[in-house]
Amino acid sequence: MRYEAPTTTKQAATLLAQEPGVACILAGGTDLLVKMKMDMIEPDLVVDIKRIPAMQAITASAAGAKIGAAVAGAALGKHKALIKSWPGVVEAANLIGSDQVQGRCTMVGNLCNASPAADSVPAMIAAGAKAIIVGKDKRRTVAVEKIVTGPGQTSLAKGEVIEAITLPKRPPKSGDAYLRFTPRTEMDIAVVSAGVNLTLERGVIKTARVVLGAVAPTAVLVPAAAKAIIGSKLDETALEKLAAACAAACNPIDDKRGTIEYRTKVAGVLAVRTAKIAFQRAGGSL
Amino acid sequence: MTATLVSTTVNGDAVQFACPNDETLLDSLRDRVGLTGVKEGCGTGDCGACSITLDGQLVCSCLVLSAEVSGREITTVEGMVEGGQLHPLQQHFIDGAALQCGICTPGFLVAAKALLDRNPDPSEEQIRYALAGNLCRCTGYDKIVRAVQSAAVEMRK
Repeated sequence: MRYEAPTTTKQAATLLAQEPGVACILAGGTDLLVKMKMDMIEPDLVVDIKRIPAMQAITASAAGAKIGAAVAGAALGKHKALIKSWPGVVEAANLIGSDQVQGRCTMVGNLCNASPAADSVPAMIAAGAKAIIVGKDKRRTVAVEKIVTGPGQTSLAKGEVIEAITLPKRPPKSGDAYLRFTPRTEMDIAVVSAGVNLTLERGVIKTARVVLGAVAPTAVLVPAAAKAIIGSKLDETALEKLAAACAAACNPIDDKRGTIEYRTKVAGVLAVRTAKIAFQRAGGSL
Repeated sequence: MTATLVSTTVNGDAVQFACPNDETLLDSLRDRVGLTGVKEGCGTGDCGACSITLDGQLVCSCLVLSAEVSGREITTVEGMVEGGQLHPLQQHFIDGAALQCGICTPGFLVAAKALLDRNPDPSEEQIRYALAGNLCRCTGYDKIVRAVQSAAVEMRK
């Protein structure tokens, strides 16, 4: 196995494109090293992206935020400006694993591992996040919801690497939130999760994005759920419609952690609770 | 190239070793540097027995490749002793019988130190959350939490 630690994204993309064998990107390693240990993957080349300055940077202002692909969860949790603008995105990323895992894990890694239960992904999609993708010859920017195509599968081509995630300009009176249901309080994987991002105008929801996790092969953006609360102050009728729209969008598996019926029911309950938190963070009163 | 010559700092000492590119820092610390305080429980980042700090950040050494750590600063449980004196956490773990078989103890000590370094006065809930990445199958955790609390009191004096 070759190990390379390039200092530019272009170099990383070129290394990945030129490798005829199995090439893997190493950011935090909290998924890659586990897969190597379990003999699920045997890389011929590992490209460590942590020595690339653009991958380690966080910028956050009212004009938008940019989070490098190698930024660890612990660094997000210490970034006051980012937490102020996007508390839901940061709380979702900080739910991944233990303090030890937070010291290494990244949102882009969480995205590219493509687990249906990835915590940061519903929050990023709700936020309207985009991925800056660098290939050997060209760059492109893609909405985060277009990256994961199925469990363990992404739309990235061979040799493409995500350099950073961007979050849009934050209008005043905006709030986001993320909640997940797990049997334990820590160190667990979401049975169901929900991310909500909204903006108010005169106390009424003007725009919203509602996303569910762990209830389908990928995180699901639910426009019908957003429609249910837009124009409302989260009154009982709007919340009932929100829950119903979320339940209708579920296509979950049946396993030991939750039945189809249970996950479908909890998706609505969680979306309601998450929407209330986002609404209050935006300055709305319930 | 399937091997890397790693030059790094471990517990304040310059250390150099050669290892295969796919070797974990856990294995290098134990087998090449001789620091066997770092334990392998699961090898997959779930149990925290291999906890160390890397540039001051708490991580599982089983999830780090040694090839990554050139020029970085690593601290293990062996680095907690200062001038032959046990760290207050170590002393309170002994005094409070916060260990039985001992395999998880170095990881707990390193993780607890990382907590107290950033928060000298944590609540019981904060201690339990901060140590959620460290598994102990003997003690039931209660004595560990008490030992961290009493060490924190002593360290604030």
